[in-house]
Amino acid sequence: MWVFMEADVTSALFFVTQGSSMADTGVVETLLQRIEKADDGVDSLQLATSLGVDHQTVVGAVKSLQAVGDIISADLRSSKRWELTEEGTETAEHGSHEARVFGSIPLEGLAQSELMKLSFGKIGFSKAMSNKWIRLDKGHEGGPRIFRSVENIEDQVRERLLLVQTGSSSELEEKEKNELKKRKLLSEVTVKTYWITRGDSFSTTVTKQETELSAEMIASGSWKEKKFKPYNFEALGVAPECGHLHPLMKVRTQFRQIFLEMGFTEMPTNNFIESSFWNFDSLFQPQQHPARDQHDTFFLSDPALSHEFPQDYLERVKKVHSEGGYGSQGYKYDWKVEEAQKNILRTHTTAVSARMLYKLAQQEKFTPVKYFSIDRVFRNETLDATHLAEFHQIEGVVADYGLTLGDLMGVLHQFFTKLGITKLRFKPAFNPYTEPSMEVFSYHEGLKKWVEVGNSGVFRPEMLLPMGLPEDVSVIAWGLSLERPTMIKYGINNIRELVGHKVNLQMVYDSPICRLDS
Amino acid sequence: MPTVGVKRDLLFKALGRSYTDVEFDELCFEFGLELDEITSEKEIISREQGDSKASGASDVILYKIDVPANRYDLLCLEGLVRGLQVFRNKLEAPRYRRVSPVSGGPQRLIITPEPSSVRPHAVAAVLRNITFTQERYDSFIELQEKLHQNICRKRSLVAIGTHDLDTISGPFTYTAKAPGDICFKPLNQSQEYTASQLMSLYKTDSHLRHYLHIIEDKPVYPVIYDSNGVVLSMPPIINGDHSKITLKTKNVFIECTATDVTKARIVLDMMVTMFSEYCSQPFTVEEAEVVYPDGKTCTYPELAYRKEKLSSAFINQKVGINESTEKLAQLLTRMCLRSQPTGVGDEIEVEIPPTRSDVIHACDIMEDAAMAYGFNNITRTTPRTYTVANQFPLNKLTELLRQDLAAAGFTEALNFALCSQDDIADKLGKKISETKAVHISNPKTAEFQVARTTLLAGLLKTIAANRKMPLPLKLFEISDVVLQDPTKDVGARNSRRFCAVYYNRSPGFEVIHGLLDRTMQLLEVKPGRGEGYHIQASDGHTAGCLISSCRPIQTTNQCAQVSAEERGEAEGR
Repeated sequence: MWVFMEADVTSALFFVTQGSSMADTGVVETLLQRIEKADDGVDSLQLATSLGVDHQTVVGAVKSLQAVGDIISADLRSSKRWELTEEGTETAEHGSHEARVFGSIPLEGLAQSELMKLSFGKIGFSKAMSNKWIRLDKGHEGGPRIFRSVENIEDQVRERLLLVQTGSSSELEEKEKNELKKRKLLSEVTVKTYWITRGDSFSTTVTKQETELSAEMIASGSWKEKKFKPYNFEALGVAPECGHLHPLMKVRTQFRQIFLEMGFTEMPTNNFIESSFWNFDSLFQPQQHPARDQHDTFFLSDPALSHEFPQDYLERVKKVHSEGGYGSQGYKYDWKVEEAQKNILRTHTTAVSARMLYKLAQQEKFTPVKYFSIDRVFRNETLDATHLAEFHQIEGVVADYGLTLGDLMGVLHQFFTKLGITKLRFKPAFNPYTEPSMEVFSYHEGLKKWVEVGNSGVFRPEMLLPMGLPEDVSVIAWGLSLERPTMIKYGINNIRELVGHKVNLQMVYDSPICRLDS
Repeated sequence: MPTVGVKRDLLFKALGRSYTDVEFDELCFEFGLELDEITSEKEIISREQGDSKASGASDVILYKIDVPANRYDLLCLEGLVRGLQVFRNKLEAPRYRRVSPVSGGPQRLIITPEPSSVRPHAVAAVLRNITFTQERYDSFIELQEKLHQNICRKRSLVAIGTHDLDTISGPFTYTAKAPGDICFKPLNQSQEYTASQLMSLYKTDSHLRHYLHIIEDKPVYPVIYDSNGVVLSMPPIINGDHSKITLKTKNVFIECTATDVTKARIVLDMMVTMFSEYCSQPFTVEEAEVVYPDGKTCTYPELAYRKEKLSSAFINQKVGINESTEKLAQLLTRMCLRSQPTGVGDEIEVEIPPTRSDVIHACDIMEDAAMAYGFNNITRTTPRTYTVANQFPLNKLTELLRQDLAAAGFTEALNFALCSQDDIADKLGKKISETKAVHISNPKTAEFQVARTTLLAGLLKTIAANRKMPLPLKLFEISDVVLQDPTKDVGARNSRRFCAVYYNRSPGFEVIHGLLDRTMQLLEVKPGRGEGYHIQASDGHTAGCLISSCRPIQTTNQCAQVSAEERGEAEGR
C-alpha cells in the first residue's frame, strides 16, 4: 500500500513551475487533453498505465494542477488490487523456485547437498517434488541425488505472476490468487486513485506561476505582468539553525534569578565530596542515623577519609552529640571521630550551609546573611521513575537576630509566590537538624489536592551554638528539588527523560522558555 | 518515615467519634501526621500477590498513617489514640508509674561478662495482670516490629524479647556462648536447633535473614536463660518457643538487649507505656533489676519524668505569636507535656514524660507549642533582614557563557556526575590510575563507581543515545568534574569544565576549532603563542578531539591540544 509522500508532491510541483522536465510537463498536458476529450472523466491509474508512467507521476500532476486553481476536480477513490511482493517480483523475473530447481538439474542429476546450497534450493525442492518434476535417489552412490523426472515443465506460477504484473490479474481465478498470496508472492493492496474531471476554470493550458518575487522582476517591472503562486500558510516555516539550553538548566536560571531578586547570596557549592562531619555531625545528625547507612549514602574508598577539621569546633560537636550542652540533653552515645572522617558524596547542600554558617560564626561581629544554592546532591537510593542517584537541591538560608517561625512562613510565601504558587500550608514534620520543621504543601488546582513542594525549618541550637553563633541568632532554611518542579513544568513523567545521556535531544530542542510564575 | 497501619473502625471507636477521610486527614495534618493511604488487607494482598491470593482476606478498612521518625510514642494504635485524644482535649495524659511486685523481690536479669564484646547491655520489666485480645496482641507484636525497624536500627542497636512470665522462672541470665553450645526450640518451630543450625535455617527466611549479619561472625552469640536453663531468646535473632506469648498470657516479661543502652531504655519505656494500659492497674509497670558483671544493679523501666523551665517570651518570640503564659501552658499540655506557670514572671514549668524521648531541648518544647497553636494560624511575617545579593563568580561566568554558547549554535547537554570506571578510562583509552578520579566504595551498580573526571564521556554517551537525530549534533556542557587533591581537607575538589562536541558525517575540525575561537573571544583571550591561546598537535587525550563516531579518532594530525586552558576550563580565567 502506498501513501502520498510530501516530497513526491512538491517535486512534481517543481517540475510544473520550472518546466524543466519534459516528461512531467507532458503528463500534465496529456492529462488536460484527455479530460477535455472525456466527458465523464479520467481515472488516474488507467492514465498512468496507458502512458506507461508511474502512478505517482500522475498523482503529482493532479496535485500540481489542484494547487494552481480550479482547473480540474479530482475525487479520491480507493480500490483493492493485487500486487507482486518483492519475492513475487523476483519470481516473475527469474521463474519460480521449483522451476529454477528443475532448471539447475543437469541430465546426470545433482547431489541433494549441492542443490540445498542454492538460495531457492529448499523451497524449490519440495515444490518440484510435489509437482513430480524431479525424483530423489536416496541410495545413490556418493549420497542422495536428484534427477529430472519429466522432460519439460510449464512454470505456471511465473506466468500467473506476469499476468498480475501487467495488470491482468482479473484473468486469474480467486483460488489461484490466494495460493500465490499464501506463498507470499502476491499481496492484496488498497490503491488510492483519482477520478479526474474538469474544474470550473478548466483550460488545457496552464499559466506558469512565479514562486518568488525577485530583484530582477522589480528592476524590469515585469512583476506587474506575473502571476504569483500563493504562499502555503498551512505549512510550518523553516526552523532557524540554533543552539538550545537544557530545560533543567533553564529552570535553574529562573530559581537563581528569584533568589537574587530576594537578596540572597549564592553559596560556593562546587564540592561534591564532603566529609561525614560537615554533611551530618555538624548538623547534629547522630552517627546511627539511617541516612548515614550504606544503603542511603555513597561512601568513598579513595580518598576514604578527611583529615583536617577545626579542632575546637569538632570537640564541641562531639560533646553536644554524646553529652549534650547548650540546653540540650544530647543523644548520649559514643561519638566517634572515625565515623565523622568518612568521606561521602554529599547527600544535601546543607553541608555547604553548615560550612558557611561556621565561617560566619568566626567573623569578629555577626552580620545577618541570606544564602542560597542550587547544586547536585547524591543518594545511594533505589532508583525509579522519579528518583535518580543524583539530583539538584535548591536551598535557601536566612540568619539573623530574632527570626521567628512566622518569618520562615513569610519568606516561603514570598518565594513560592514568585513561582506562581500562592496557596500554601504547613505541616509539622521531623528533621534531625531543624526544630521546628515544616513540610510545605501547595494546593494543586489540577489534582485538586495539597501536594508537598518543599521542606523547611529552623536550625537547632545544637547545630548553631557549637559553631559559635550568638545565642539570639536564628537561622531559618528551606529546600526542594530542582527536578520535580521542572518535570511538572515540562510535563515529564520519567526523570530519565529529563537528565542524563538518555534524554531525547528533540525534547531539549523543543522545550519552551521557562517562566515559573505563568 | 515509619508508616503505621490501623483499623479505621477500631481507631474511631477509640477516638469516640467517626470522621470522614477528609476530616481525619485534616486532623492528622495539624498533628504532624499524614494519612498516607486508605486500604484493606485484601487490597494489599491483591496488589502484592494477585487477586487469587486475596480472596479470603479481610476487607476491613485500614488507615496507613505516616508518623515522624522521632515519635516512637505514635507507632501503635494505643499511642496514636492517646496522643490524638490529649491533643483534642478529650483525655488527660496518663501518668506512668513503676511499682514493686506485690509479693517477693523484683525479677532479676543477671548479665555475665561474656556478652560484653557482642551486645553488652540489657534492660527488663514486667507487665503484670495484662489482658490481651486479638487486636491488642496484634498491636503488641506490631509495635515491637516498628521499634525494631526504626529506633532499634533493624535490631542492630536494640532487640526486644517478650515472654510469658508464667512459663519461666527467674532469675534470668544474659550470657553469650559459642554457637554450637546454644540449643533450643525457636519460636514457631517444632524441634530444637543449635545456634549454628539456626543461622543456616534462617538464611532463606525472608524476614530473619536481615538480622543474621549482626552476630554471624562473632565467636559467641548472646543468649538469655531462665533459672532452669530454658532459653528465653537468642537476641537479636529469635525468641524461644517455650516462653511464647499467647492471648491467654497474663504476665509479660520484657527484655531488651542492646549495644546502645540509652536507646534500650527508650525502647523499654515505649513498650511498657503503650501496653500497661491493659494491666489490671492501668499505666503501672512492675520493676525488674538488671545486674551487671561488676555488680552494679539498675532498676528498670526508668519511666523518668524530666522538668524543664522556660519563659513564655522564649516561645512567643521563636514562634512569632503573642500568647499568655497560661495559654501556652495549656497548649503544651495538649501535646502530652504537662505544663503550668510557676508564677515567677512568665516562667512555665514543663514536664517531659517518658514517652517523649524526642524532647531534648527547649526548642522541641517550643515546636510543640507552635503545633498545638496550629502552624497555619501563625501570622506570616517578612523578616527585616537587609542584605545585598552576590552571585558566586564561577557560577556567574558559567551562566553568561552558557547563553553565548547556545547562541553559537550549540545545544546544552546535562549528564551525570557519577559514572563507571570504563566511561572515564578504558573507553577513552586511558588508565584509571591516570585519571585522579575519586572512587565510591558502595555502588549498587557499575554506573556509580567513580565521579567523572571529564565531561567528554557524558557527551559521547548523549550522542550515542541520539544517533537517530538529524546531523550535525553540536553539544556542549559546562559543569563540574571531581579530581583527587591532597591539598583539600576532604582530599578532592571540583573543577568546572567546558566541553563541546561536533558530530557529523565529515569531521569538521574547523567547527569545533571555531567554537574554541569564539569562546576565547567571549572570554577576551586573544589568539597567539605566549600571552594568548593557541592549539597544537597532541596525542588525542585532551580537548579539541574530533568526534566522528562514538569514540574519538586519535590521529596525530587531527587532534589538537588547547594550550591556554585545557578544554576551555572556565576557572582558568
